[in-house]
Amino acid sequence: MKITPELYKDMTEQSAPSSKSYVNIPLAFLIGGGICLLGEVLLNLFEYFGMEAETAGSWTSVILVFLSALFTGLGWYEKIAKHAGAGTLVPITGFANGVTSSAIEACTEGWILGVGSKIFTIAGPVILYGTAASVIYGIFLQIFKCFS
Amino acid sequence: MAVSLGRGAFQIKEPVYITSYAAVVGKKEGEGPMGKCFDRVETDSYFGQKTWEQAESRMQQETIYHALEKAALSPDDIDIILAGDLINQCTSSTYSLRPFGVPFLGLFGACSTMAEGLIIGSLILSSGAGKRCVAATSSHFSTAERQFRFPLSYGGQRPPTAQWTCTASGAVVLDTQTENSPRISSVCIGKITDLGVTDANNMGAAMAPAAADTLTRWFKCSGKSPENYDAIVTGDLGKIGGKLFAEIMMKQGYDVNPCYHDCGAMMFDAETQDTHAGGSGCGCGGSILCGHFLPLVKSGKIKRMLFMATGALMSPMLVQQGESIPSIAHLVEITGE
Amino acid sequence: MLEYLWAFLVGGAICAVGQILIDYTKLTPARILTGFVVTGVLLSALGLYKPLIDFAGGGATVPLTGFGHLLAEGIRKAVDEKGWLGIFSGGLTASSAGITAAMLFGLAASAIFKPKDK
Repeated sequence: MKITPELYKDMTEQSAPSSKSYVNIPLAFLIGGGICLLGEVLLNLFEYFGMEAETAGSWTSVILVFLSALFTGLGWYEKIAKHAGAGTLVPITGFANGVTSSAIEACTEGWILGVGSKIFTIAGPVILYGTAASVIYGIFLQIFKCFS
Repeated sequence: MAVSLGRGAFQIKEPVYITSYAAVVGKKEGEGPMGKCFDRVETDSYFGQKTWEQAESRMQQETIYHALEKAALSPDDIDIILAGDLINQCTSSTYSLRPFGVPFLGLFGACSTMAEGLIIGSLILSSGAGKRCVAATSSHFSTAERQFRFPLSYGGQRPPTAQWTCTASGAVVLDTQTENSPRISSVCIGKITDLGVTDANNMGAAMAPAAADTLTRWFKCSGKSPENYDAIVTGDLGKIGGKLFAEIMMKQGYDVNPCYHDCGAMMFDAETQDTHAGGSGCGCGGSILCGHFLPLVKSGKIKRMLFMATGALMSPMLVQQGESIPSIAHLVEITGE
Repeated sequence: MLEYLWAFLVGGAICAVGQILIDYTKLTPARILTGFVVTGVLLSALGLYKPLIDFAGGGATVPLTGFGHLLAEGIRKAVDEKGWLGIFSGGLTASSAGITAAMLFGLAASAIFKPKDK
């Protein structure tokens, strides 16, 4: 009997175990929520010391990014992420993990073409398309301004 | 001489013996259920080197030395070395063999390399073009992750269909003289097979049709059936691919289940070692063949077996371009004396 | 104390959405992250993200949608002040602290740490 690609597609779909979403989603919720809670604590702490909301927000980002880079370097981030999934991917710490892990990995190829050119392999698209989307928004705003 | 049995299938008439073999693996593989069968388990995943790529070369080199040592040979006794790996331009093999000074043919067959080397080696020896040759292969988790996936410290989650590239290497010394050793009695070269699987996280499913195609062709042109074998072994289909392979074989009218094993499914304990669908990589099939199955053939516990190493012939670039994953499986029939 | 609870719940919910995308689609993590940032820009442009931040604080600023909001906010301010030039300078100015921190700490980590096997 001939196995056609269509028949085989059905066979593979049946054989592949599905992700354990009943574990994954609650874990992503808990750990992701925990990281956000830490962010909220830091925000309030900085505001308590008299910072403006915007400055407090920037410092919170810097601290979270630092912690993520440290955990990544020590090899802990990956161990948590294995269970947390999107819980460690979606917060800004996930962005920092993408940058740091690419940088650490590339250091055997030197500082310029290794670390220098590969540091944004994972995080690059986030910056590029985030910026591009915001520029489109800016163009709309500016055009709107010209007509009003 | 090799006698053609069909397209790409040969019976090796002049005996080609497997004189010696060796397997070296990394720490995680050593902790798995097969851990005891390997010649050496190295706990330092860098193998004393500075980069992952150097580490893999070093591991392959040590494996070849081990195999030569067991047969009391030196590199000068070898006419040809056939070796390959997963890394771009086959560099794990070329850097591993740089100091040897032995005529070298670099192979690329992805994870099917061990069988590819055994096939070419036995055809060369049976043609009289050499007396002794080595077939070797290796894979390293960290070099493969770098080349095919994400940085090691990147926090990603593997889907349940993903396989774990083994840090492992296998090497075999073939010759035409050492009787009372397992011998390669027939070989069958695989065809590129593609049933449209595009998911690079489900390699087993991509490769299973190739293994089934080669085995079906082999049964048809040799007139043999699963009952002729004590073991039918695939390289690294893993649990999912292995199941699909047996299913396709069943649909072709062959029940392989009683004697079927897959090196990828054997390598790790999926529950405790978090390896999902099983092991993969050139070294997976290579090391389990050399560490587990060949000793069984030598001791007479297995009289006749088929070793089919399977390879996914893809690159991340082509997968990003939306291409499906072509696969191949080469078959080697090994007979005890 | 309630603000902490909301930060946890809203942040967790945004991450749970990411997990659903991982488990039930074939989207790669890089695509999911890019999607989150662009969504953040879009929601902010529609005026929907600011209320969420007022409500959940860190729960809305820490996920990458918050990064998108930051870019959009920056553009809005800069366009107000500088007109056309603001389109070019606003986004990255507002998000510069996070990006520079990631570059700097990433670079430092690559100097200190060696890649580890799993």
